[in-house]
Amino acid sequence: MNLRQDLMAPEILTALRLSLVCSLAATAIAIVLGLPLAWVQARVTFPGQRVLRALTTLPIVLPPVVAGVALLVVFGRRGLVGMWLDRWFGIRLPFTTAGAALAEAFVAMPFFVLTMEGALRSVDRRLEEAARTLGASRWKVFRHVTLPLVRPSLQAGAVLAWARALGEFGATITFAGNVPGSTQTLPLAVYLALETNPDTAFVLSLVLLAVSLAVLIGLRRRWLAW
Amino acid sequence: MSLHAAIGIRFDRLALDARFSATNHEVVALLGPSGAGKTTILRALAGLAPLTAGRIVLDGTVFEDAATNEWVPPERRNLGVVFQDALLFPHLSVLDNVAAGLRFTGTSRVIARVRAREWLERIGIGELADAKPGVLSGGQAQRVALARALATQPRILLLDEPLSALDVTTRADVRRELRRHLNAFTGIRLLVTHDPIDALALADRLIVLEHGHIVQSGSSLDVTATPRSRYVADFVGVNWLRGTARGAAVMLAGGGTLIVPDLVPGEVFVVIHPRAVSVHRQKPEGSPRNVLPGVVVSADDEGSRVRVRLALPFPLVAEVTRASAAELELDRGGDVWVTVKATEIATYAA
Repeated sequence: MNLRQDLMAPEILTALRLSLVCSLAATAIAIVLGLPLAWVQARVTFPGQRVLRALTTLPIVLPPVVAGVALLVVFGRRGLVGMWLDRWFGIRLPFTTAGAALAEAFVAMPFFVLTMEGALRSVDRRLEEAARTLGASRWKVFRHVTLPLVRPSLQAGAVLAWARALGEFGATITFAGNVPGSTQTLPLAVYLALETNPDTAFVLSLVLLAVSLAVLIGLRRRWLAW
Repeated sequence: MSLHAAIGIRFDRLALDARFSATNHEVVALLGPSGAGKTTILRALAGLAPLTAGRIVLDGTVFEDAATNEWVPPERRNLGVVFQDALLFPHLSVLDNVAAGLRFTGTSRVIARVRAREWLERIGIGELADAKPGVLSGGQAQRVALARALATQPRILLLDEPLSALDVTTRADVRRELRRHLNAFTGIRLLVTHDPIDALALADRLIVLEHGHIVQSGSSLDVTATPRSRYVADFVGVNWLRGTARGAAVMLAGGGTLIVPDLVPGEVFVVIHPRAVSVHRQKPEGSPRNVLPGVVVSADDEGSRVRVRLALPFPLVAEVTRASAAELELDRGGDVWVTVKATEIATYAA
C-alpha cells in the first residue's frame, strides 16, 4: 500500500482544494448573511421573531439530507427561486460548486448566527450610547464600537461555521451531487473511497478529524481567554 | 447661550414632567433621590431617551419637539457626556478613548491623537496615554471620561453622577478638579447627582427633583435656607414642618401649634434647626414661648452631640450635648418638655 501516493492522487487533491474553497465561501456567506440576521435577532423586537429564530436554528437539528431536499425545493431548477434564477440570469445552482458552497452555508450559518446573537446581546449598550454622544452615527457605532467588542465571538463563530462547512456531507450530496472536481468535497471523497480504497478513506478521515480537533482546541482557548 | 427644556416622559412607573432652563453663566445641578428621574432627564437632553411630550431647544435650535416630531440625533447635538461608570471603550487605549469623539466627527487620526494627548496632560494623566481602561482606578477613569467629553469642544456638558462611583478620598480630589474644569468650560453645564455635597460644591444653581417633578429651584443658598421638600430638609439637617398660619401661631399639619415671629398668613413651611430645640425633664419657667410636652422616641449618639427624636405629637429632632443627654437620661426615653425659642423658628410661604 502506498499511502503517500494515495493521498497525493489527483482526485484527492482536487477534493481537498474544493473542500477548502467551498467551506471558505460558505463561511463568507454565513458571515455576510448571518451578521445582519444576528443583529436583528439580538436588537430588534418584531412580530414573528420567535418563528424567525426557530427557522434560523432549524438547520442544526434538521437531518442534512432533508436540508438538501429543502434547498432543491427552493433553488432546484424547477424550484421556487431556482426557476427564476435560471430563467432570468441563467444561474443554475444544483450540481455546481456554487451549489455545494450554498448547501454548506445553509447548514453552517446557524452556528455563526447563534454565536453572534449571544455576543451582540452581551455588549454593554451604554458604550454604544456613549459613542453616539461623542458624535458617532449608528453605522460608526457599529463599525468602531460594537464590532470590535464582539470580535472574539465573531472569530469563534466564523471558525465554528467553517468547521461545520468543511465536514458537511448530507446537504451537499443531496443538493450538489457528487461530481468530481466541482462538487465532490473531501467528506464525499471519503465516502466514495470507502468502497474502492478503504485505506485512503481511513487516512482522509484522520485528516478531517485532526482539523476538527484543532479547531475545537483553538476555540476552547479563545473562549477561556475571553 | 441658553438651553430650554420641557421634558415629559412616561417611563415604567415614572411620569416625568420637568421644565427648566440653563445658561452658560452657571453650573446647574439636578438634585434628587434615586428614582426621581434625574438620569432620564439627562438622557433626554442627550437624545438617548425620546420625549413623549415637551421640547428641548438650544439657542433657538430645536433638538427635539414631541408635538412636531422634530428630533436631532445624539451625534449631532454637539454634546459632551460624562457617564456614571465612565463607560470608556475597553478595546481602545486611554489616548484613543479621548481621541474617539474627534475621530467620529472626521478629524484625522494624527491630529485627534495630538489633541487627545493635550487633554490628558491638562487633566494630569498624560503618562497613562497608552494604558487600556481596564487598569485605571475609578478616579483616573472618571478623569479620562471628562477629557473624552471635553475633547470635542461641545456646547453642552452633561455629567451623570460623575463622582458616585469613587471612594471618599478620591472623591474630594476629583470633585475639586471637576470644579476647576467646570469653571473653565464655556458652554452649558448640567450635573446630575443624588449627593447634596457634590451639588453644593459644584453647582451655582440647584434644581431639586422628586418623583419626576421639580419641587424646588434656585441658588444653593436659597434652596438650603428655605427647603420646599422633605428631601432637601433632610440633607440640610433641619426640622421641616408644614402648617397654616393664624395670628402669631402656626397650626401644624400633623397636629400641634407653634408660636412664631414675622408670620405670613396662609400655608407656610416651618424650619427649626435641631440646636434651637431644648429638652427638659421638668416644665421650664421663663422666656421661651413654645413649651410643649413630648415623648423621646430615640436618642442617637453622633460623636460630640446627641440627636434626639421627639414626638410632640408632630415629629421634631433636637440636638443636645452629650453631657445634658446623660444628665436627662434621654436614652431611657419617657416624657419630656420641649422648648423652642420663637426667634429661632423660620417660616415662609408654602
